[in-house]
Amino acid sequence: MSVATSDTSLTSCLATGFIDPVLDGQASFRAAMWALSRPGRVEPIAAALTPPAPLNPEAAALVLALCDYETPLWLDPALARVPEVAAFLRFHTGAPVVEDAAEARFALIAEPLDMPDFFDFAQGSPEFPDTSATLILQVEAFTGGLVLEGPGVQGRAAFGAAPLPADFIARMAENRAGFPLGVDLLLAGPGGVAGLPRSVTVKEG
Amino acid sequence: MNAHAVGGMPEITYNFAYLDEQTKRMIRRAILKAIAVPGYQVPFAAREMPMPYGWGTGGVQVTAAVLGPKDVLKVIDQGADDTTNAVAIRGFFEKTARVATTTSAVEATVIQTRHRVPETPLAEHQILVYQVPIPEPLRFLEPRETETRQLHALAEYGLMHVKLYEDIARHGHIATTYAYPVEVAGRYVMDPSPIPKFDNPKLDDCPALQLFGAGREKRIYAIPPYTRVRSLDFEDHPFKVQRFAKPCALCAATGVYLDEVILDDKGGRMFVCSDTDYCNGRQVAGHRGEMAAPVGEGA
Repeated sequence: MSVATSDTSLTSCLATGFIDPVLDGQASFRAAMWALSRPGRVEPIAAALTPPAPLNPEAAALVLALCDYETPLWLDPALARVPEVAAFLRFHTGAPVVEDAAEARFALIAEPLDMPDFFDFAQGSPEFPDTSATLILQVEAFTGGLVLEGPGVQGRAAFGAAPLPADFIARMAENRAGFPLGVDLLLAGPGGVAGLPRSVTVKEG
Repeated sequence: MNAHAVGGMPEITYNFAYLDEQTKRMIRRAILKAIAVPGYQVPFAAREMPMPYGWGTGGVQVTAAVLGPKDVLKVIDQGADDTTNAVAIRGFFEKTARVATTTSAVEATVIQTRHRVPETPLAEHQILVYQVPIPEPLRFLEPRETETRQLHALAEYGLMHVKLYEDIARHGHIATTYAYPVEVAGRYVMDPSPIPKFDNPKLDDCPALQLFGAGREKRIYAIPPYTRVRSLDFEDHPFKVQRFAKPCALCAATGVYLDEVILDDKGGRMFVCSDTDYCNGRQVAGHRGEMAAPVGEGA
């Protein structure tokens, strides 16, 4: 693979990816797998990555572990504004970065407060609900007063993440109502990842 | 990569856990969607594996996609750790992933299984990977994939109830004894793979993550931990599991699934635990069945 050498702005922005793509990728996937299996529980993700801001290391680790040429990737305006982010992700994953949210298999959202409606993303079809999008939301902390119920949760589980849009509970209720269609959420924050699959019910704590 | 020189010639090397990284990512994405939609069969691009279809190629691909270097792998075939299929798959991952293997259901972090759920209750950190021959529970009732896919989309499972009802009309009870259909999280009807229906209750509210891989049929599905799994039945014909008249002849365990072993051509037979690890553990702990070797004799 050759890198364009004439464009010095490109070479300077290419932060390194996984030190060990095989084992780091496996560890990041396992964190995402357990996160979606046990909604609300924050799974540690040891990401020794220094991606270009505002992309955080945990979200970068998830994209590097899960995306490749088969997975169109959508970036929210905060990430799309910084060309280094797309260059970093394109170089390390080969994923096509798309402008139309509906085309994306994965969406990276750095500013959850301004995120588009869930229905802007692929919902899957009744015959193939697995063709829906997975949204990776960057959060600053895992605090807050939400309560989760559903598959993977023993009884009820307390959960929190910030920042989240004010109408988050209503959005998640709408997402749950469409089951088995709907989007799945991975929340990437300091040191960990939490999962909110479409099967989860989110309530006020 | 694991490179080893043998007599000056480099030995064949494999990527960690045999599969290439792009294949693993594709399988991993399928696993994540399977977890998000419990009981729904996610299509995936199953690869040819260095073993024939029917020998657990689906389970092997799922195991290869989840396995990490710190995992401890157990493989069972009909409950036994020492049968050909189990030994071969264990050896496969010892060679290609260099992971530790065990026969203990307690020590294992990943358990690949063909047609049994271990008797030892599973824990939260464990992953149970089932080998699945035919993932579609409606396949013998409706052979067309386009139609079964619609039936799942519409949650139209009347056909399955008709099948169970016909069992009752003909035999007086539901005669399905293995691959007994279950409803997962109140939505999808799922084939639990050909486990005896004795094991069905273990799927319900299980603390471990359960993943199902069908290689030839190219499907992956999942049951997240702590998920409601209900065996289909009728109010007047509730789901019941098999019962055994006698305890295990080797370890005297009751309430476990037993295999019949023919001893001679005069009708001699014994019933022993199908789960060899569980049976050995009980014998080591001093439990003796009626046909167990006297203490001090045998292994």
